[in-house]
Amino acid sequence: MILRTKLFGKTYEFPDLRILMGKANEEKSGDRLAGVAAASTAERAAAKMVLAAVPLWALRESPVASYEQDEVTRVIFDALNETTYAEIKNWTVGELREWLLANTTPPEEIRRVSNGLTAEMIAAVTKIMSNMDLILAASKIRVICHCANTIGLPGTLSSRLQPNDPTDSPEGVRASIYEGLSYGSGDSVIGINPVDDSYASVARLLDMTHEIIKTWEIPTQNCVLAHVTTQMRCLKNGSPVGLVFQSICGSQKGNESFGISVGMLDEAYELAKKYCVPAGPNYMYFETGQGSALSANAHHGWDQLTLEARNYGLAKRYAPFQVNTVVGFIGPEYLYDASQIQRAGLEDHFMGKLTGISMGVDACYTNHARIDQNGVENLAVLLTAAGCNYFMGIPMSDDTMLSYQSTSFHDTAALRQLFRLRPAPEFEAWMESLGLMHGGILTEKAGDPSFFLKR
Amino acid sequence: MDAKRLNEIVEAVVRELTAAGLSSGPAPAQTAVPAPAALPPAPAAAPSPALSALVVDLEDPTTPAARAHPGVQNPADADGLAALMEATPARIGYGCAGARYRTAPWLTFQADQAVTQDTLYRDVDENLLSSLGLFKVQTRVTGGKQEYLLRPDLGRQLNEEARQTIQQRCTRAPQVQVCVGDGLSAQAIESNLAQILPVIRQGCQTAGLSFGTPFFIQYCRVGVMNDIGDLLQPLVLMLLIGERPGLGRADSMSVYMGFRPQKGHTDAERDVICNVFNGGTNPLEAGAYAVQLAQKMIRFQAGGVKLKLAEG
Ligand code: B12
Repeated sequence: MILRTKLFGKTYEFPDLRILMGKANEEKSGDRLAGVAAASTAERAAAKMVLAAVPLWALRESPVASYEQDEVTRVIFDALNETTYAEIKNWTVGELREWLLANTTPPEEIRRVSNGLTAEMIAAVTKIMSNMDLILAASKIRVICHCANTIGLPGTLSSRLQPNDPTDSPEGVRASIYEGLSYGSGDSVIGINPVDDSYASVARLLDMTHEIIKTWEIPTQNCVLAHVTTQMRCLKNGSPVGLVFQSICGSQKGNESFGISVGMLDEAYELAKKYCVPAGPNYMYFETGQGSALSANAHHGWDQLTLEARNYGLAKRYAPFQVNTVVGFIGPEYLYDASQIQRAGLEDHFMGKLTGISMGVDACYTNHARIDQNGVENLAVLLTAAGCNYFMGIPMSDDTMLSYQSTSFHDTAALRQLFRLRPAPEFEAWMESLGLMHGGILTEKAGDPSFFLKR
Repeated sequence: MDAKRLNEIVEAVVRELTAAGLSSGPAPAQTAVPAPAALPPAPAAAPSPALSALVVDLEDPTTPAARAHPGVQNPADADGLAALMEATPARIGYGCAGARYRTAPWLTFQADQAVTQDTLYRDVDENLLSSLGLFKVQTRVTGGKQEYLLRPDLGRQLNEEARQTIQQRCTRAPQVQVCVGDGLSAQAIESNLAQILPVIRQGCQTAGLSFGTPFFIQYCRVGVMNDIGDLLQPLVLMLLIGERPGLGRADSMSVYMGFRPQKGHTDAERDVICNVFNGGTNPLEAGAYAVQLAQKMIRFQAGGVKLKLAEG
């Protein structure tokens, strides 16, 4: 294999696709940590040029970990549509980019071709796209799913209501839920991250959220984002569950460090179809994020973007209602500052869409990264332009339990107003019926959690 | 296209937008017209009497009383609103200005972020460590906090000196070994350690579990538990470590626990009791809970997801 180019008279040569893929990334602290980052801006440019000339078949033949070695690779390869793959395998990465962007390429064609792409191909094309390329291409792809309501319809933007509390206090969680609902948040899910992962505590939160949904007849689904094994126990014991959640990783080894496997997720999916409360058919919820595989030393020497693309390939197996990257969640060792977090958010969203899953983004940051609230507000605007399915709704964006800042109830309301978007239609009708929203805009009654004290 | 025609088009578009309510302002200044030359600086005049009489002298918005102040205009249930706000530390009940925050809570948010950033780079108070009888060792981080933040791999390994000190000073193979690490917040350790450590020690004694020699690790990550396990071979290892700081709050600590920790173990083999601080999981209760969990690990001979599955 020869992978090289001349640039300004100097030759840049790359020993293999793994190194080439690493060096073709935009600057990221996590790639530096993994030892695969470009040494200079010129080397990065050269790597992108060489990568753009690589045919797609070569990427299929170079997965992060081999088919025999890794079950995530097996999931992705087994799901590949061979007919579609045969059509496109001789395209170069650069040609794929232009095809995605072309005005003559209809969205349905992108959805079809996506079934012939492996994660490594999706990652490769992402590396040679600019931020605006990523926004434009993603905006062409809509993925619509249904559980108790519908997510992803054109003209809509949904919001996960995330009412976390540092003691799991049902009263504290309830107060934040009321606040969120009053701003039109909660159509993607009412989803709590629990402090205490024990069965009893998780079951209590499921009961409490289900009771609110029943009392107010809210067209939405609940979820408690405990470890999947705890949720499975809840399902078996009759707790009311809307969506089943798990964090996933882009390699088998990474998933093992999360205490999960494809077999375990298959089992959770079967239980979800058997016991979840809503109509479905989409019952699963996954979270991902660049850096988690490297953090578990499970990246097989590859860059974090490519590992991230593999998450989406794995998620697709379960026809999830929603998947979001939690971009910026772990810390500056993987994404150092505002421009790295923004770039990764756009990359992940595009890759998820191109994989064919319902994609949202937790646009967020920790207090040890070099970014502030303005940085994620910018990202949220960019992602809305890109057609993102949902964001997080957190009281003033400050999660007092997970210790990070994300997007707020107000942010979703503002983004809907800015881009003339609506909540999920069932949820909007519910907001209208209560007088909290009119014509897609919040009314004078909105923004008042005490509104929900009367039932 | 000539300039006149261009202007006509621009004006027509602006009229339409204004009618549609998209732009309320007048037509934007035309860029084709050269900007007037900069004005000469105005001579320094004496401030007007009104300006001299101006007083802006604010109360501290970060007191608990100020934070409890609701911002919703005309709430459906004013007493109910106050009660909801009291039920959670989350920033609710502050109302809105259109689809955005009201001014005061937004500016307080920014102030909170400023103090959070300031606490990030501090070290744990040496006096606290010595008063609790903890000696101090280091991971392989040598370049201070900045390197600690960017090299989690180094924070997961003890340095050579640490290995020697630990081997010299610690009892081997205790049933429970407690270690303390700064993690991402020195303040978390300072706020909770003096309360939780005696409870764990006492709890182990009551439960008849032998208690190893506790010590402190600077520049510590959770993964360092494997190195400690290999050196000391405890049945259960508890690592008390500072969680990353939240907005305006840096006192949250976690207790990460492992059963027979050793090289190759991952987070799947570990458990965590998190959000330990006064206001979250109370440190006294967390200490008692940690001892209970240690007993459970020993009973089932497992930790992490294996323990979950063993429990049923
Ligand atoms: C960052 C984080 C993560 C990151 C960790 C990656 C990284 N390199 O930091 C990611 C996104 C991968 C993650 C994943 C999960 N997390 Co987490 N995580 C956190 C968070 C927000 C901060 C942790 C922190 O400050 N660590 C301190 C620093 C100094 O440690 P570190 O060495 O840099 O990082 C290590 C730990 O953070 C550890 N870790 C992170 N989460 C968890 C969860 C468990 C059960 C264990 C044993 C270890 C662990 O992984 C890191 C690498 O070793 C806490 C919330 C909090 N308030 O603490 C939740 C938290 C610890 N996580 C939690 C959970 C439930 C999970 C998941 C099981 C979710 C799921 N359903 O899949 C997964 C899988 C965890 C696993 N077994 O590996 C819960 C634990 C609840 C409990 N009592 O068991 C917490 C408290 C949040 C919550 N309430 O939901 N998490």
